[in-house]
Amino acid sequence: MTDTSRRAFLQGTAVAAVTLAPGLTLIATAADARPAGEAASPKQRWGLLIDTTKCPAECTACIDSCKEEMGLPDHGRPATDAQYIRKVSVKDPASGKTVSLPVMCQHCAKPACVDVCPTGASMKRADGIVLVDRHICIGCRFCMMACPYKARSFIHEDQTGQKIANPRGKGCVEGCTLCAHRVDAGEMPACTEACQNRGKGAMVFGDLNDPASEIAVRVATEATTRIRADLKLDPAVRYQGI
Amino acid sequence: MNRLRLAVIGFVVLATAILAGHGAMAGDGRPALPQAKGSVCVEDTQVMRRNHMDLLKHQRNDTLRQGVRGGKHSLAECVSCHATDGADGKPVPVTAEGQFCQSCHSFAAVSIDCFSCHATVPADPARTAIR
Amino acid sequence: MKKVDYQELTPLTPGWLAAVGGLAVVVAAAMVAVFHMEHNGHWVTGMSNQVVWGMPHVFAVFLIVAASGALNVASIGSVFGREPYQPLGRMSGLLAIALLAGGLAVLVLDLGRPDRLDVAMTHFNFKSIFAWNVILYTGFFGIVGAYLWTMMDWTVKGWYKPAAIAAFLWRLVLTTGTGSIFGFLMARELYGSAVMAPLFIAMSFAFGLAFFNLVILGLYAATKRPLGDDMVARLGKLLGVFIAANLYFVAVQHLTALYWPEKRDAEAFILLNGGIHTLLFWGGQVVIGGIVPLALLFRGTVGRCTLRFSSLLVTLGGLAQVFVIIVGGQSFPLQLFPGMEVSSSFFDGQVATYVPTVAEIVLGLGGIAITVLIVVIGATFLRFLPAALGETAPAAEPAEGAPAPAACCASPAE
Repeated sequence: MTDTSRRAFLQGTAVAAVTLAPGLTLIATAADARPAGEAASPKQRWGLLIDTTKCPAECTACIDSCKEEMGLPDHGRPATDAQYIRKVSVKDPASGKTVSLPVMCQHCAKPACVDVCPTGASMKRADGIVLVDRHICIGCRFCMMACPYKARSFIHEDQTGQKIANPRGKGCVEGCTLCAHRVDAGEMPACTEACQNRGKGAMVFGDLNDPASEIAVRVATEATTRIRADLKLDPAVRYQGI
Repeated sequence: MNRLRLAVIGFVVLATAILAGHGAMAGDGRPALPQAKGSVCVEDTQVMRRNHMDLLKHQRNDTLRQGVRGGKHSLAECVSCHATDGADGKPVPVTAEGQFCQSCHSFAAVSIDCFSCHATVPADPARTAIR
Repeated sequence: MKKVDYQELTPLTPGWLAAVGGLAVVVAAAMVAVFHMEHNGHWVTGMSNQVVWGMPHVFAVFLIVAASGALNVASIGSVFGREPYQPLGRMSGLLAIALLAGGLAVLVLDLGRPDRLDVAMTHFNFKSIFAWNVILYTGFFGIVGAYLWTMMDWTVKGWYKPAAIAAFLWRLVLTTGTGSIFGFLMARELYGSAVMAPLFIAMSFAFGLAFFNLVILGLYAATKRPLGDDMVARLGKLLGVFIAANLYFVAVQHLTALYWPEKRDAEAFILLNGGIHTLLFWGGQVVIGGIVPLALLFRGTVGRCTLRFSSLLVTLGGLAQVFVIIVGGQSFPLQLFPGMEVSSSFFDGQVATYVPTVAEIVLGLGGIAITVLIVVIGATFLRFLPAALGETAPAAEPAEGAPAPAACCASPAE
């Protein structure tokens, strides 16, 4: 199925696909690749929906695929090694109920990291993806002070063997890019694809502004929450079951 | 004062002539550049020689900040075309001694920052991500 | 008002050479530390993805805050017209510039990409308080420089008062900006408060004057110039008032936060169960930097030893206070899920540990050395330091040129 026909199929059947066969989420996210030469558009707002009831504590498919996709090495120094995505275990001290969920950059509509960045390296793309422009990042780490989600890492050592899609080097701050390189190519982020292929399909990626997309339909019809919604940063990552 | 000015101008003219002549001559200390894989570059050689840094910088801002993809002035494409394969069949980093980027920047005494972050070898076609 | 005679320091005396040489060695050691940290990357420091700002930032913020405070002596003389302070105006301006230069050097040399300083100077995000601080710091150099010029060149005497007022207002805005680096952060319980701006101003008054006192006492002792008891007593009482102001804002800061149930865990971390941070808060910041010098300074007439000892305590307590604000504020974990117990491979829900390395501390000390070096060099080449200070001649000049601080300050009663 080509991308175009896939999208047409989805637009016609999105609701049915969700309600009848959750397995169809495998193909229910990617939009077309953006044509060459065209800029990201504010008509789109890329986001994630994560159903924590389908996220077993021991599953690390999203984390493993992220490290592979983005070329994040393990130096054996957990305090300084980069983590774009991590599994957080949340326990209610009153009841003992525990849920596990992945936390990554929440791609806020009003990102604190962008507000505080002195040079404008911390930036939000027109389609809502929050990035670090490492060409002008001076490594001051003020964004790491400002982010309430602990979404960013500082590169603490020289790097070699970087992935083409994720240039990264010593002295700059980095974080989840929502796999902007894949999104621009019409694919879903690596974590989401891994979750659907090797996990339990807890993650859904899509355009929150497209009312026909699975993510928008579910956000409109099911109960979803955002981490620290009280801060009103308007994150693009929503959760269920917490 | 006038004599000093004359001396300075004379020096500049002389130096320019020497450097220009140096650049125009073949095979005398100029870097031996490995052959690129493609037959023709994205721009004329003279344009690339003088302006590749500006073209790259322009596209990097468009791509990163606006999300414009598919531009022809891509650093990844430079690396893809100009990286050579070593004796072991593996690609040699463009920053290695004698390689395309390194040898010319070394000749021109230019220190660049691109490859502290960017990949120095082309994409591995056999790459299979665990997904 | 009697004429004030300003004199340069005499260069190349054995004492001058020892001082400049010693300071240069510290600066050189700091450069080695910087090379070590920048060459290897920040993993060789105690800083991490949990505690992103460490010892260099403690020293840098202390020096930058003290910089604006050091200008107070000049402002009191010019803006508020208190004549006894006017002879110290030049030194006050020089020290302010030197402290800012020392602090900024430390801050810049700890950046992940210090080679991109030009980027910081050419790309401004005007929504960022950090970017505003870059402008405020640069402006401070210019305005205080102009202020010094009006003090030292009689042909521009007409601009003295306007320059003084501009410098005073600028320094208030500058410290507001420094405090707001923390005040504008809503992510962490221990920041995100409007009290940070006035608190930092009060801190700057105390730290800046304490550092100023140490420099003045040191220079007058080393050059054996007469320093009147009245001047010493005056600076002592002023320091006491500033210490009290700092303590007042610290009390407001914590009492306000204690009233918020959501902030109580974070407050308990600083005030009760935060280990080193609790110890540094009560022992370092409150007792050593506040109560003890306050008691010494208001016990009777302040003499040299009391002033020197109190100023030293305020400096140490100030470093502790900035450490508790910066490192303590980051060590308490972010509250992604308030009220829940969280854990992860990324240290969520855990109190962060931070053990500074020698290199970080040496870099910070290098900032202090740069400051003092600028003061000594500046006072050597231009007439910054009055040949004599104060009305009354010192009754019994204590140990000319050899202050013997240990013996002197062990018994602060004079």
